Amino acid sequence: MTSPRRSLAGCLLLAFLCAGCVKEALAIPAFARKYGLPCSACHEAWPKLNSFGQTFKDNGYQLMNERDAPIYQNASYWPIAMRITPHWHFESAGHTTVDTTGGGTTEQTINTSGFDLTGIDILTAGTLAKNISFLLVPSIDPGDGTVGFESANVRFDNLWGSPWLNFKFGKFELDGPLSEKRMMTFSNVGGAYALYHFVPVGGDTNDFSYGENQLGVELMGHSADDHSRYAASLISSTNGGTGLPGGRSYDGNLHISQAFLVPHLGLQRIGAYGTVGLRPTYSLFSGGEPIAGSGRGNRSFYRAGIYGSLYINKFDLAVVYQHASDNVFLANATAANDPMSLPAGARGAAWNTFTFEGHYTYSPQLFFIGRYELVRMSQQALASNPSELGNLDVFTIGYRYYLFMHSRDGLAWHQEYATMRSRLTSDTGQDQRSSSYFMGFDFAF
Amino acid sequence: MRTSHKTIFLRTIFLGTILLSMIATLVLGCGMAVAQNTGVASGYPVKGGDLTPQQRNGAGIYRRYCIGCHGQYGDGEGENAPYIDPKPRDFTLAVFKCRSTPTGTLPLDTDLIHTVERGIRGSNMPSWLPLSDENREDLIAYIKTFSPRWKTEKPGTPVEVPAEPAVTAERINAGKEVYKRVECWKCHGMEGRGNGPSAATLTDDLNRPIVPYDFTTGYRFKCGITDQDLFKIFMTGLDGTPMPSFGDNIKPDEAWDLVFYLRTLQPVHSKEREIAKQMGSK
Repeated sequence: MTSPRRSLAGCLLLAFLCAGCVKEALAIPAFARKYGLPCSACHEAWPKLNSFGQTFKDNGYQLMNERDAPIYQNASYWPIAMRITPHWHFESAGHTTVDTTGGGTTEQTINTSGFDLTGIDILTAGTLAKNISFLLVPSIDPGDGTVGFESANVRFDNLWGSPWLNFKFGKFELDGPLSEKRMMTFSNVGGAYALYHFVPVGGDTNDFSYGENQLGVELMGHSADDHSRYAASLISSTNGGTGLPGGRSYDGNLHISQAFLVPHLGLQRIGAYGTVGLRPTYSLFSGGEPIAGSGRGNRSFYRAGIYGSLYINKFDLAVVYQHASDNVFLANATAANDPMSLPAGARGAAWNTFTFEGHYTYSPQLFFIGRYELVRMSQQALASNPSELGNLDVFTIGYRYYLFMHSRDGLAWHQEYATMRSRLTSDTGQDQRSSSYFMGFDFAF
Repeated sequence: MRTSHKTIFLRTIFLGTILLSMIATLVLGCGMAVAQNTGVASGYPVKGGDLTPQQRNGAGIYRRYCIGCHGQYGDGEGENAPYIDPKPRDFTLAVFKCRSTPTGTLPLDTDLIHTVERGIRGSNMPSWLPLSDENREDLIAYIKTFSPRWKTEKPGTPVEVPAEPAVTAERINAGKEVYKRVECWKCHGMEGRGNGPSAATLTDDLNRPIVPYDFTTGYRFKCGITDQDLFKIFMTGLDGTPMPSFGDNIKPDEAWDLVFYLRTLQPVHSKEREIAKQMGSK
């Protein structure tokens, strides 16, 4: 039993739980009100986009008709929507280390349940003028009421009249294979992609997460039918944090994809993506406190993946494979100017993630989801670690039933069960299993 | 650490309750969804009855995308209709603006499919290009169930569109003469701004106010963007609106002249506009 292992396993779980708690989710009835379309026009089941909704988004929240500019809207129209999900959930965390009265520790399964709230998303989005669009998403934490800005960006669409040139500036979700902001699951365990949030055991200090909205610029383009797409982003190495808390480096992200329409089946899409970036490994200090923005000793990381989104009529399956690697100094939480502090056997961490996510859209009102994610370490940060340490298996099933399908608002009944096993991460070297059960009403208006 | 029998019992009861509640809700949800799909329950029922498999697929697509404006009975009385101008099409009348067939006749399926693909300029009807060809065909099959006309009538014979001649200054001038002779200016104005003397009095077949097209504001027409599309509008008219068919009044050659003249009024670069500039007009 080692306390570093305990803290690292805790971090790993915490990363998941936090990702599930603060998730912004995009389903914007304000668009439906503006254009008079039901939610189902853009969403297979909100918030998951269908091909029409993806085209609408890629066009800068425009239908590309004469009604896109706000000047053509009723003067009382306000492009704002809100979303929250009151729910009841049950959480179980196995092999959790607990202090005993005698001063030692033991491991127990901690179960808890109760009524709860997700964060409140205030979604404002639309066009400032024809071909100039915006997205602003303040999100209110239900616990302490603090407000954060999940998204805040302006986008110049169809530059020089071409859909291949769209320029975005601000805070936004990276264009990736699976949108975590449009995720169809909520629970603490199932409400975040391991694909994006996995942190290897070893105290890895790389805070980059594909699932978090990032600050930077994006050049994005697509064909008229949206079958061909690309997005290239340059973002600050702060994982979306404001105030330049780290260093002065930047990360780059590229995503390309191509879709094919197969008769009787639907739109099939394949794509590839990659992110390369740097993270500081130490800071300058003043009076014993780190100086914000003085990060030094940058070391690299990358994420690279391929995916396919396959439709067989009402059934669709997304399969993503990703390889990830963090530099040895990041993986072992060691300052690059002090290489002697690296523990014996230290090396860069590398891992592979497979994500299988299937949906069955019985109708716009009844939607089923199943997801299986597995993370396998291909290289531990310490050579002495067991090869399977930290490996994850996450399984999620659920469904959503939408009580009605209007163009003004939306209400869904949601039930979900998710369970995750992380290998050898308890303090006694046992596998840890965490499970969530979630049911509640998801509404947006 | 051994787990006590009591703990196991409580855990089993708890998990059993969760499982049963999921199953119960799922069954209830499925039942309601099936009911709604078959037009039994509240919400958005779609027309049931004797639908072919293609029409049934089309019904699902209609329910997903179209029902908010065109309404569950296809009568253009969807929940958004009161807020939309121009009003959504009433499919029960089977009267369509954009056709390749003579005025008063039913359009071809391809005419309707092209309308769905393209959208309608100046209205809330967007382009549904992201839908598959198959989806659009299914949708049209379903839309045709709203009017009995589709059971008793056949679509008209498409108007022939002869090959487009070369544009010349003479043809543009001739087109201007046609514009005056057939009195396009009465609605569209002398400069094509949609402000002719009759413009303020126009109504559609349902007696709702309607404005004539302003050629000086864009390059897209209600029924397409090509010269061929504009040619067809003259020859077929826009049924349901005051725009008549000129198929009996102007010859195909004159219709091409008119196309060339109207292109000179549009605020986009074109051969016609270049020639018009050389001629000293706008």
